[in-house]
Amino acid sequence: MTTAAVKPASMAQALQRAMRDAMAEDPAVHVLGEDVGALGGVFRVTDGLAKEFGEDRCTDTPLAEAGILGTAVGMAMYGLRPVVEMQFDAFAYPAFEQLISHVARMRNRTRGGMPLPITVRVPYGGGIGGVEHHSDSSEAYYMATPGLHVVTPSTVDDAYGLLRAAIASDDPVVFLEPKRLYWSKAQWSPDAPSAVEPIGRAVVRRTGRSATLITYGPSVPVCMEAAEAAAAEGWDLEVVDLRSLVPFDDETVCASVRRTGRAVVVHESTGFGGPGGEIAARVTERCFHHLEAPVLRVAGFDIPYPPPMLERHHLPGVDRVLDAVARLQWEAGS
Amino acid sequence: MTVQELPGAASAYRPTPPPAWKPRTDPTPLLPDPEPYRVLGTEAAAGTDPELLLRLYAELVRGRRYNVQATALTKQGRLAVYPSSTGQEACEVAAALALEERDWLFPSYRDTLAAVARGLDPVQALTLLRGDWHTGYDPREHRIAPLCTPLATQLPHAVGLAHAARLKGDDVVALAMVGDGGTSEGDFHEALNFAAVWRAPVVFLVQNNGFAISVPLAKQTAAPSLAHKAVGYGMPGRLVDGNDAAAVHEVLGEAVARARRGGGPTLIEAVTYRIDAHTNADDATRYRGEAEVETWRAHDPIRLLERELTERGLLDEDGIRAAADAAETMAADLRERMNADAVLEPMDLFEHVYAEQTSQLREQAAQLRAELDAEGEAR
Repeated sequence: MTTAAVKPASMAQALQRAMRDAMAEDPAVHVLGEDVGALGGVFRVTDGLAKEFGEDRCTDTPLAEAGILGTAVGMAMYGLRPVVEMQFDAFAYPAFEQLISHVARMRNRTRGGMPLPITVRVPYGGGIGGVEHHSDSSEAYYMATPGLHVVTPSTVDDAYGLLRAAIASDDPVVFLEPKRLYWSKAQWSPDAPSAVEPIGRAVVRRTGRSATLITYGPSVPVCMEAAEAAAAEGWDLEVVDLRSLVPFDDETVCASVRRTGRAVVVHESTGFGGPGGEIAARVTERCFHHLEAPVLRVAGFDIPYPPPMLERHHLPGVDRVLDAVARLQWEAGS
Repeated sequence: MTVQELPGAASAYRPTPPPAWKPRTDPTPLLPDPEPYRVLGTEAAAGTDPELLLRLYAELVRGRRYNVQATALTKQGRLAVYPSSTGQEACEVAAALALEERDWLFPSYRDTLAAVARGLDPVQALTLLRGDWHTGYDPREHRIAPLCTPLATQLPHAVGLAHAARLKGDDVVALAMVGDGGTSEGDFHEALNFAAVWRAPVVFLVQNNGFAISVPLAKQTAAPSLAHKAVGYGMPGRLVDGNDAAAVHEVLGEAVARARRGGGPTLIEAVTYRIDAHTNADDATRYRGEAEVETWRAHDPIRLLERELTERGLLDEDGIRAAADAAETMAADLRERMNADAVLEPMDLFEHVYAEQTSQLREQAAQLRAELDAEGEAR
């Protein structure tokens, strides 16, 4: 049903368009990072920005993540709205001190006098055959830090809408981009991009009555596929895409679980100390009397991210989600 | 088997210089002076502005009194901690006075004096150390970044701010202050490298006061001086006597002017000494001898300037007394205001985490409100 205006576009293109539109609308928006200029980023997400807006607006920095984020702090202090790229999830770790000690706290430290509107773009997660340090899911670290918003899109529409909101936000946003969805396509028109999506709202991707799959980012398509497969088994699954991990949309999540009475949290990062523990606890605290079974988690194993030839055994796939759904037929005492 | 051992390699392998290699920068003009630059007590002193020297003197005396008063406040429990800059007042004061109003200061936790010399209210400068809030002033109003507790992390901020100002066409300079220990941190390296590559209008001032808490400079670096580090980044390094207020002011003034006219960053090492312990919680006798401290007391920044001014007839007993009286007035005011209990609003804890409170924070704020109300009723 492709029309002239609406062609299949990728998430990477939507992200690029979001930055381009934000830069065109607001001269304070600056993009900086390693390789974001002439190369257009190793994933081509910043493709063309340096050409269109000049190297002062889309800047190739020295290779130093703390320096990239640290200088972005100073730029934001002077009224700019930096959008920094961290290239790969595990490459962001040198910038952690700047993120935790300064980016997250500056508003608080100055009693609101000096907010830092910084967007930190972090391509994250596995499934692309990356070697060590190229596939981490580090969202739990960011979630544990007050002062940061943590956002992750799963669709081309949301990639555009959420990145526009992140750049417009007066607070720092860690914008997690699921690498393996960069090239996922959708009927999406760069000529008439989607609306800006406010940060903090989860969305029900599929309605169902038997159980809720609570998920985000790269695991959303997995859950959608699992829900289709489960339908054959008589399970009518609802899929909630969180989109924003901080702030957390208790309302949408709990409304869904109260309807279905059962829930599985699905994500790639580790189960122990991972986001699923927090989500399961929140759901249990708020929906205990509606639950027919314990809230289950399907997560990555509690191991350092495995080498690429083994990652398929680590990543939660459709079968593992379906196994968990089967375990939801839980009976007290069983 | 190495390349050279390959059959036939002896004749075929002829290493030549890489075709396009040439040094990027001539390091000679970047190298620091062999000795710390001095003005007071030398012929150069004749060229200094008497009014500037008198102003520096008044600020040094006030700064010393501030250090003494703040240290006393720790003993009375009015300050959680105070990292004294006694002995380093010349660096603090001359650095602040080298800036224009539109410039920005990026201080470390020991640089309260620089902030005060720049015009910040002495009580506001102590908020962090008293513990009623993390920053007691609006950084934008005073163009003073929050006193930075992590080491050297404020340096890239200074670079980013200066870079942003230049992009906007403003001739603003950022002065970033750090200690000798801070030069070992990764952020020091990244900040200097970014600044040099971007030719950002930043001046880095290292106050080498001899110790990072207890670790002496010799265990901190193997470089000939900390100013030598500049050469590797492609910026000039300057070495100055940090107890000579006139010299520090001159060297900083030159670096600020150079940055302002687009000449890029400078690294300045001011050689000084921390007369007091690291903070009131530190026991300096465990790592240094009294004899060493005494040699530095003989090289006191206030005495050096006082001698210059009196010998030139610019300062007499009345002038010395006037400066001391002004400092005493400041100290009395500081003491009185610090002895008043801080007014704390617990609900502020939730006010400035995000622009808009999340529903999670609203719930927690309601919990604290209820606890406070219950406490109020119990009283």
